[in-house]
Order: sequence, then structure tokens, then C-alpha cells
Amino acid sequence: MFPNKFDYVRATSVAEAIDLLEEYADADTEILAGGHSLLPTIKSGLASPEVVVDISGLDELAGLEIGPETTTFGATTTYADVLHTDGVYDAVPDVAETVEVIGDRQVRNAGTMGGNLAHADPASDLPAVVVAADATIQIQGPDGERAVPASEFFIAMYTTDLGPSELITAIEVPNVGDDEGATYVKKKSPSSGYAMVGVAARLRTDGDSIEAARLAANGAFDHAQRLEAAEDALVGATVTDDLAATAAGAATDGVEEWELMDDIQVSSDFRGQLLEVYTERAIQQALDRVGVAVSA
Amino acid sequence: MSIETIESDEVERGKAVGSSMQRREDRPLITGEGQFTDDLKYPREVQLVILRSRFGHATITDIDTSEAEAMDGVLAVYTEEDILASGLDNTIPGDGGQDHTAPVDRHLLASQKVRYQGDPIAAVVAKDRYTGHDAVDAIDVSYERLDMVTDIQDALQKDAPVIHEEAPDNVAFEWSSGNADETLASFDDAEEVVEVDLSINKVVAVPMEPRAAVAQYRPAAEELIVDLGCQSVLGVQDHLSGVLGVPEQRITVRAPEVGGGFGVKAQPYTGHILAAWCAMQLERPVKWQATRSEAFVSTNHSRRHDLTARAAIEDGRIVGLHVDSTADVGGYLTSGGAGVPSGAFGTRLLGQYDIPNAFVEVTGVFTNTTTLSAYRGAGRPEAAYVIERLANACARELGEDPLEFRRRNFIEPDQFPYETPFGSGYDSGDYEKTLDKALEYVDYEAFRERQAEAREEGRYLGIGFSNYIEICGGGAGGLQGGQLRIHPSGKVVARSSLVENGQGHATGFSQIVADELGVDIDDVDIVAGDSDRVPEGGGTGGSKAITMGGNALKEGAKKLRERARAIAAHELEAATEDIVFDDGEFHVAGAPSRSMTIEDVASVAYSGNLPEDIRGLEETTFFSPEGSTAPFGTHVVIVEIDPESGELEIDRYVAIDDVGTQINPKLIEGQIVGGVVQSIGQAIYEDAIYDDNGNLLSGTLQDYAVPRAKHVPEIEWDSTVTPSPNNPLGAKGVGEAGTIATMPAIVNATIDALEPLGVDHIDMPLTQERIWRTVQEAQEE
Repeated sequence: MFPNKFDYVRATSVAEAIDLLEEYADADTEILAGGHSLLPTIKSGLASPEVVVDISGLDELAGLEIGPETTTFGATTTYADVLHTDGVYDAVPDVAETVEVIGDRQVRNAGTMGGNLAHADPASDLPAVVVAADATIQIQGPDGERAVPASEFFIAMYTTDLGPSELITAIEVPNVGDDEGATYVKKKSPSSGYAMVGVAARLRTDGDSIEAARLAANGAFDHAQRLEAAEDALVGATVTDDLAATAAGAATDGVEEWELMDDIQVSSDFRGQLLEVYTERAIQQALDRVGVAVSA
Repeated sequence: MSIETIESDEVERGKAVGSSMQRREDRPLITGEGQFTDDLKYPREVQLVILRSRFGHATITDIDTSEAEAMDGVLAVYTEEDILASGLDNTIPGDGGQDHTAPVDRHLLASQKVRYQGDPIAAVVAKDRYTGHDAVDAIDVSYERLDMVTDIQDALQKDAPVIHEEAPDNVAFEWSSGNADETLASFDDAEEVVEVDLSINKVVAVPMEPRAAVAQYRPAAEELIVDLGCQSVLGVQDHLSGVLGVPEQRITVRAPEVGGGFGVKAQPYTGHILAAWCAMQLERPVKWQATRSEAFVSTNHSRRHDLTARAAIEDGRIVGLHVDSTADVGGYLTSGGAGVPSGAFGTRLLGQYDIPNAFVEVTGVFTNTTTLSAYRGAGRPEAAYVIERLANACARELGEDPLEFRRRNFIEPDQFPYETPFGSGYDSGDYEKTLDKALEYVDYEAFRERQAEAREEGRYLGIGFSNYIEICGGGAGGLQGGQLRIHPSGKVVARSSLVENGQGHATGFSQIVADELGVDIDDVDIVAGDSDRVPEGGGTGGSKAITMGGNALKEGAKKLRERARAIAAHELEAATEDIVFDDGEFHVAGAPSRSMTIEDVASVAYSGNLPEDIRGLEETTFFSPEGSTAPFGTHVVIVEIDPESGELEIDRYVAIDDVGTQINPKLIEGQIVGGVVQSIGQAIYEDAIYDDNGNLLSGTLQDYAVPRAKHVPEIEWDSTVTPSPNNPLGAKGVGEAGTIATMPAIVNATIDALEPLGVDHIDMPLTQERIWRTVQEAQEE
């Protein structure tokens, strides 16, 4: 409720933001975009930055563009902006429906795409979908621009590949093709609304079998990660009634109990169970969407 | 049946009672004009912030306030020493009156030892809250941590840490009620004995507005004025006077808008008492506004029991009921801390059933957790939960339908007034009636068929019933004032000590008064929530606003009407007994043209020309009912459960309630719905979880799952009407009924759903993980 004192500086360009981050490199500095992750942590005393660099006014980072192959989200695009853009449900339905279940309306009006990913809350919804979609995170820093695959961006709880003076500028998400089914399903914590488990899926089929599969989970591990064993169980498989259940059973293969998060609402043991249940639902929904023929 | 409301100007004269008039309370709330405690700003106001213990159990070796005191903007830092130096004994009124109540004091500020996370230690008064919080952080408390115990069972172990030296076994009180010998004997001879072990979860009341107070002291007049969201302005006046030694008549307590009370704003707490004390020390307005985090650890928790309930059965009827319970009181006994888990719980255990022998024993236990006391329902939700879980277990044991078992055991309509072995009386009831009505909404046979079909498909549906009673609405010997004044203009002002916390008192009271006096509803104003402006009486709580406050005003209005009749007789030069009151007018019997409205009467009522005994239209009435009221009803829940994920979906929720005569059906529906929602919280989501170090882990709304709108199904509400013979309105209390009814219905439905998987018991809250685990364990057996 009562944050400690901090210095507040407002950047007027990406270059200036990076300069400011360099200038305050020795201080404990945080970037403010939508503020819906940062401010609660500051208010509750979990974070106590000395300097806050506000990038929320940077128009050059706001907005999204739906291209023929890729949809690009500027970092300060709010969730509400995403949901109010025509065509986004056609291009990247999995991202759109993920954004739809983040927080509540007030959160979605203020929270930003880049802020979400940079904060890297393990239970946030967006990380899994960008990993499953094989998105690219565009980053700018003192040494220029670089691009990182989403699957390499998240390192640990609240920890990403971002350097201390770097910013996310954009997120490039490949559009969902006609032969692809994409979805995100989550179990919301009844109190926080964050994912107790969330699973994103993108499956490509040739009509009756699966050519490619990318599955990723958040809420389950200390950061969003792919469910490779379940993907392996899908790729090349003929679609049958029990394929989703069988493949989902592999979601926890090779996962040690300590890797699964444990808290007062869900133990690691039960989280593994939820991971399997929600992986099955994600696969099934993706399959239903792409409309494959089911072999008996 | 969702009820349509009508505007107040659509209410016909004389027909206000029974109409679903729109709440008068809503306009300021929905337009943002409502003034809550923190909205009040006084010149020179300063802010009180309380330092609370980080630890659940520790001795304090030193409190160094020097750094905090030296900070700019800090006016004062107080510890127990300062309280004692001012002549106070540093204690807050607690609870007692049970057998063997431990002689334990509760302090305003701790100096030696802290007994729960959140125990208050020091007070900072600063020019603003930021400074106040910084200063609290700058106070250096040296703790020596002690072993602690946060669970009742652990606290009763022989080698458990001792929380109070005065209670070396951690027993706060022992209490029992009922006919012990006959009850125990009934088990010896019983054909069948059914037993359930239940653990009732601890919940945190979360009013939208955390507790707050702003106090002003006027030294010249030695007057104290305290504004605070509370349930009883006169109750607060009383305990402020008791603690601070300021004479009652010089303390004004006012409740502005109150953002929810739910029982937890009825007790004395350090916060508002210290605000008043600090205002006296500093001679400046002092405000305290708890943060949500502070509220979680310092506002009373509630409901935690572990118990065994047994039924002795003969010929399919319960002939003996024995309940043996241990209840958590937290780190201290606060007001109601002993009363709620003992009498308020134990004497309600019969529910709707005719049980000749019953005996209940409760042991109250200290733990290193926040104090426990009343929360909406106060003991009765727990009692209803016990008897309704047991009723289902009995039916299961006898291999019969739960409704058949219930019907056979119901108290019959001709048995009222019914006296229980606990000595508590039920005024009136017709339990088949609400059950039958519920079954008009839910086709039970069809559901059982649907359930069987679903099971074939591997889907798990369940139905649960709760046939509850509550005892509320005040009792014999209780007293409630109601004050009325008809101004010469004919406008009416009614006054009551009952504080509005969201119930709609002003709406209901105005309907009652308008009908008695035959005036337009909009000509009746209600004054409450100000100790200087209301007659003596109780506070809000125990579902008694209408049964006590409403009846007091009704009786007062009736007296005024009689006086108005006498005045009319004087003016119309007729005998009083020849004056008829009809459609809001007095007229001479047989001569309707010779008439006066009550407004006409009021315009001449304040005249020295009237005989002394009929002058003026002011009346204060002190009402006392014949006895308490026992509202009742049937709630039915249909759930669907996915055993793989543990997800529980409420498919239907039907509530049929009988609260006697209805003043405003819309208000009743609202009370039921609100109560049901709070109880859905306890049944499915809410749990106050402490770690072994006494930290409240579920201490924020991120972690503590109060139900959100999306968690709540449509609640289909309907009612029957069985008037209470115990008060003139025939009304029964309603504020807590929904909370009381819900939990057992949901849990019974869950067990019913999971029965084919071998589940016959589950405790609350019915989290996904608990449901999944319960199924896993049942499958392993």
C-alpha cells in the first residue's frame, strides 16, 4: 500500500529510455509500462526500486500490425488494444484468447504485452502462448537490436534473457495457418486469476495425422517451457479419439516433482495432474479447431 | 423467481409492507456520494499507524522507538508504557461466562509477549500515512521467538507451547449443554449409531471496507467524537467509555457508510480504541485506516472447529445427538470469542429434527493465530453444517434416501413452539413446506435418472440438501428502542440504534412506519448510526434489525397513531372511540366527510390548547419480543464434478427460505443471495492457512479466494411464509440465513456426486486439489 520513495523518470523515446537505463545502471532500476505487475509489487514492498523509468508514453512501441505471415505486437500495446483490433482473432487466435483471460478488464486496459513478458511471472498467461507459437522477442539495448526466440527468452522465475539496459520493443508471432490448430487453456487461481496451470498448443496436420506440434505450459514450472515429451508423442501420430489423452499423459514425463511449482493452492503433485488434464484439453481443442479426420 | 422492484412513489399508502420497494440506501453508494470513514477529513487530522507483530509467538525484549520518533512528520510513538502512564490498564474487553473460562487479559498494545502475527505492539501518529508507515518500519523490536502452535489439535498436546501462563493447557474455556445422561444412555440402547468426524475450516471475513476510525477530542468539554464503520454505535460508545474512562454521555459515536460488517465490526479492537486515545493525548483528530493486509491478520477470523458428531438411531429416527468439539479462539479471547463457538453453535445443533436427547461439549483452545469470533451466522453455519452432514450420513448408513430420512425426523408443525434439549425454543415452522416447494423447482426423480445416465458416461453429478434453521432476531428479555416524531408538517422521523451495514434498514423501517401511520413512504426519514440521535438499543448483528428495530418502530407508530386519533377526536369534537382510521385518514364513524389526515392532525398536535395527555406526536418505545425467531428453509444444490481435475461446477442452486412475514421481498432475496455467496466461499474456496511459523499464508486477496461474481451460480430464490408468533410483525431474521444454509448443501452434493467412486466424506474447502485427492484415496482403498 505504501511504497518506499523512488525517483521517477519518463522516457520520450526508446533511445532515451536506454540512455536512462545506462545512466542509472548502478541503481536498482525498474521499467514501468502498464504498471500492473510492477506497481503491486512496489506497493506490497516486494520490490523497492530506487529509480523507475516510465516507457508507457512511447508511441513508437504501441500498436500491432497483422502481416501476411506474422503479427507484430509493439511492447507497450495494451491487452485491450489487442482485443479491439480487427483480424487478430483470425491471425493469432491463441494469442487473442490468451489476452482475453489475463486479469480482469481493468488489468487488460492497462497491462502491456511487453511488460508481461519482461516481468516473466511464472503464472502469467502470455509466456506459454508465445513459446508455443514460436514467437520472436525483439530487443533493443545499448549495443543495438537483437531477436530472441521466445523459447530461449524465459530463463527462470522473473528472469529473462534481457540485459540490464535492454527493452523489449516488439513481439513477432507467426500467424496460425489453415492447417494449424491453436489454443490456450488455463485453470485460473480462484483468488489471483493467474494460471494455476495454463497450456498453449499449436498443431499442424496434413488432414489425418499431426505434422508438427508445439506445446508450452505456464503456471506449472518456474518459467514457461515447452512440453517436449508430449510434443514427441504427437508428431507423426494419426489422430484418434484417445490421442489427446495419450499424448497429454507424456506432459509430465521426465519432470521431477521439484520442477513443478508448489504453493498453498496447488501442490506440485497435483500440479502435475492438472498439467496433464489441461494439456489434454489444449490438444483436443487445437485438434477440434483444425478439423482433422479422426481415425477409428 | 427474481423479484422486480418498484419505485417508492409507486408504493400505495398503507401497502408498503410486503412491497419490493427499491432500496433507499443505494443512491449515494452508486453515485459515489457515500461517505465512508476514510472519506471524512477533519482540520488538523493526523494518521495513526499500528506496528503489529511479525511473529506468531515471541517474547519482546526491547522496543526501540527512537529512530521513528526522530523522523520528520512523526508526532508521537506510543507503546504500552505510554498507555499505562495515562492511567489506563492497557486491556480490551474480552469474553467470558463459559465454564472454566481462562482468566486471560487482552492488551491494547503488547510489551512482553506477542501471541499471533498481527498482535499490536506500538502506535505511530504521523502527519501522513506514508510517514506513519515508514516510522512503523523504523521501530526496532527485539523478539525472542518461541515455539508456536497454530492448530487446535497441536495446541492440546501435552508438550504444546503455552500461549498464556494463566491457561497452561491452552484451554480457553469448556462448555456443555443438553441432557447429558439421557443422551449418553440413548447411545447404549441404540439400534444404530452413526458418527461423522468433521473439520471446519477457518475463514477470514473480508468486508470491502477494512476497519477504520477517526477520533476527535474536545478537551474543554471533555468530549470524544469517534466516526467509524461499525455495527453498534452504542456498543462502541460503551466499550470506549469502559477502556478510556470517558463518561458515556460525553462520547459521540457515529457510523458513516459502512462497507460491510458481517459480525467482525461488532467487537472492540485496538485500532479504534487507540485512535480515540491518541486523539485525547494529542488533542487533534486522529484517523486510523487499516490496510487490507492489516485487516487479514487483525480482523477476527471465524468458524474453526474439529468435532465428532454421533447420532443414536431407533426406528429410523434420531433419538440421541452427541457432539464433542474443539474450537479455535485464536491468541486471545475477544468479545464473542467464547460465546460464538459455544452457545451460538451448540444450542442450534438440532436443526429441523425432533431429537429428544442431545448433548454438546465444546472446548475452546488458544492458538497462535488471529482471534476468532462472530462472522455472519456466528456458530449457526457450523451447527447447520454438522447436523446436515450427519443427517446425510444417517440416511447413507440406513440405506435410504436422504429426503425420506429427513421427512421422518422433522419436527412437525403441531409441535411448535418447540423446546430443544438445549433449552432453546423454536417459535414456528413448517419444514415440509419449504422442502416441497424446493422440489417444485428441482425435479428430484428426474435428477436421479439424469445422474444415473451421466454416471454411465463417466460424469459425476450430485444433489445436496440443506434443511436448516437458525435462531435469531433477539430473544425474550432483549430490548430495543425506537423513536418517532411526526413534525408539524406531517413528515415523520424514525430513529433506531441499529447501524446500516448494507442490509437496507432505512428501506424496511420506513415501510413499517409508513403503513402504521398511513403516510407516504417518502415522508418517513430514518435516522441511525449516531449515538447522540438514537434511543437506547442494540447493534446490528444476530439478524434482528426487523424483528427488534422494526417492531419497536411499529409499536411506537401504533402508539402515535392512537394519540393522533385522540387529537383528531378532540378536533372533530367526537369521542375517541368513534374515530376510525382508514386509508390514512381519521374520520368520525358514519360521517366520512368529517375527516383529518395524519398530516392535518400533525399540524395541530403541537398546541397548548390540547389536553396535556395528547400533546405532541413524539414517542420512544422500548420493544421486547416474546422470544427469538427460528427462520428455516431448504437449499438444494446440484453439482457436477470432474474427478480428473477436481473441478466442481454448481449446476443449480435453489433456495427456499421462510423468514416469517416479509417486509420487503427484494431485500430478503438480496440477503439470501449475499449469504449464500459468502458460504460458497467457505465451502469451496476460503481457508485461513498458517505455516508452522505462525505466518498467515493466505493473507492477501491474491492468495485468499473470496468468491468472485464468476464463481457464483444463478441463485433461484423463493419462499414460504410462516409468521413468528413472537413479535407483532410476525417477522423472522434473515441476514444470516443464506450463510447458514449453504455449506452442507454443497458438501452433501459433492459427496453424492462422488459416491460411486467410494467417497463418503470430505472436508471444506472443496478445492480442486482436495476433491482430486479424496477421490484418489477412495480409489486406493
